[in-house]
Amino acid sequence: MLKYILKRLGIAIPTLLILIVFSFVLMRVAPGGPFSSERPLPPQVLANVNAKFGLDQPWHIQLWEYLVGIITRFDFGPSFAYTDRTVNDIIMQGFPVTLTYGAWAFVLAVLIGCALGIAAAVRHNTWLDYLAVGTSIGAQVLPNFVMAPLLVIVFTLWLGWLPGGGWRGGQWPYVIMPVIALGTSYMASIARITRSSMLEVLSSNFIRTARAKGMPATHVIVRHALKPALMPLLSYLGPAFVGMVTGSVIIDVFFSTGGIGQLFTNSAFNRDYSVIMGITILLGALTISFNLLVDILYAWIDPRIRY
Amino acid sequence: MTMLEVTDLSVSFRTQAGTVRAVDKMNFSVAPGQTLAIVGESGSGKSQTVMAAMGLLANNGEVEGSVKFDGRELIGMKSGDLNKIRGQDMAMIFQDPMTSLNPYLRVEDQMVEVLMFHKNMKRKEAIDRSEEMLKTVHLPDPRRILRRYPHELSGGQRQRVMIAMALLCDPKVLIADEPTTALDVTVQAQMLKLFAELTDKFNTALIIITHDLGVVAGLADEMMVMYAGRVVEKGSVDELFYDPRHPYTFGLLHSTPHVQQGRDRLAPIKGLPPNLTNLPPGCAFNPRCAFRFDRCVKERPALIVREHNRLSACFYEGEMTEHDMEEDLVHDREKDVAAT
Repeated sequence: MLKYILKRLGIAIPTLLILIVFSFVLMRVAPGGPFSSERPLPPQVLANVNAKFGLDQPWHIQLWEYLVGIITRFDFGPSFAYTDRTVNDIIMQGFPVTLTYGAWAFVLAVLIGCALGIAAAVRHNTWLDYLAVGTSIGAQVLPNFVMAPLLVIVFTLWLGWLPGGGWRGGQWPYVIMPVIALGTSYMASIARITRSSMLEVLSSNFIRTARAKGMPATHVIVRHALKPALMPLLSYLGPAFVGMVTGSVIIDVFFSTGGIGQLFTNSAFNRDYSVIMGITILLGALTISFNLLVDILYAWIDPRIRY
Repeated sequence: MTMLEVTDLSVSFRTQAGTVRAVDKMNFSVAPGQTLAIVGESGSGKSQTVMAAMGLLANNGEVEGSVKFDGRELIGMKSGDLNKIRGQDMAMIFQDPMTSLNPYLRVEDQMVEVLMFHKNMKRKEAIDRSEEMLKTVHLPDPRRILRRYPHELSGGQRQRVMIAMALLCDPKVLIADEPTTALDVTVQAQMLKLFAELTDKFNTALIIITHDLGVVAGLADEMMVMYAGRVVEKGSVDELFYDPRHPYTFGLLHSTPHVQQGRDRLAPIKGLPPNLTNLPPGCAFNPRCAFRFDRCVKERPALIVREHNRLSACFYEGEMTEHDMEEDLVHDREKDVAAT
């Protein structure tokens, strides 16, 4: 097991390096640069600015400097758009925001989604099942750019219960609507996955054995069916968690939360190479780690899997 | 004295193609220490009969009739009460040992829960008892087996675990649904020996479902042959083996290899089992029967008493010989040739 984890980590590092090089090259290949604007800068000024950020160096030197900075000092360089701030500052400002509402959305989506899915499977083909399926389909077809304005109309404009945007250090009235807007469609997916895998498990032979042994219905579900039913969900939850804690552009922009999704789009518009790179690497690292975590959990839960 | 009494038991399933009657008016009973074999092709309703008795039918299944265990009606019983009988007084062994044990739980956990629920045992006590039971079914090193997961055991070991699990509470009725089908022949023989030993030792009433007539011959006292959801012949194993009265039973026996009779060629029953949603008129077996005559197509033969406790459902009263089957086979082959 330990050997497997080390091996996976051994693969993760080159993967991240490839990601860095690839996105670095792609950004340099794209036309334009951080300092190109409609009114061109005087050539002397442009040369000065480029020299300051090392953009006058050949690409491979820039890439090398960049990699050395990350590996030795965990330094992702200065922002090109906000001259007095580093990439680390910017990410540290935006990431906690998305991490907060993303983690809440994740927890609620998993709890509600699983409960809904299990209830629907156990009461298969009853009104509860139809209600759960109906709700989750409804929740899934409602994209968050529709969900977000609807929430604001209802809770801010009509009822006046919640502020329509802002963050204020993550006070709970500001967190609620981003959480709902982000979590709903994930909740629906989780409910659907849980329902279908639970249905499959409940019709399997070993569940029949458990029932033939005279085990009570709740015991059969909790002790015999739950673990195998949640296995397919697990592989969905890894990437879903990363998707949620890195937020959504729409939610960040709509609720002006200042999360990382908003930073990502802003930096793309500003051609802020170093911030784009920083966020890309963060996403990549999170994705790789959570996929690894899922694989480890798989082996931990299913005794048949040994690496 | 009977332990399990089944009266007019019918099972139907609601499907998109309409209601399918999988089991039609079954009647049988088993006494302690007695072994009843239910024989028939796949889809003849053997398994559904016992599933209905155990309350294990799929959601779209409907049961009519009565199943009495020790005088208590099981059909329509509250699930809480039924759960006290299932696993304790009536236990079941399933066909496929590979998938019938929970792959996520150790053998130990799957066994002790039976004792903890039914006998209110403490876990430690339950483990000791489980170990003992694994020894009873001749599993070497039971302590180690208990700590194993099902996938770490062989097919034969798993089936023994299944049997041991079913026997934990000394059930009065044991139902074995094709217990040897998934095992290789040497292990099959061991299992049959084990079953015989158990009915002797614990005076268990055993119902064994199989399509393997070798199993029946070696183990059962009584035998019931099913076709398309109905019983076509019932009687003692000796009588049915040496003097079958229903052409289907006759056909089954002649499609089985037999050392003493030294047949060099087996006579299969031609055709396929009928579709339950669309049974042929008259006797359900008539399209495949080598002895049919016009009455068989018009009328359904009832299951009637022939002589001393023998029942069969057939109009034909003449003798049946292997020759009839072969002639029919020849005829059949000729038709096949003509068709191509």
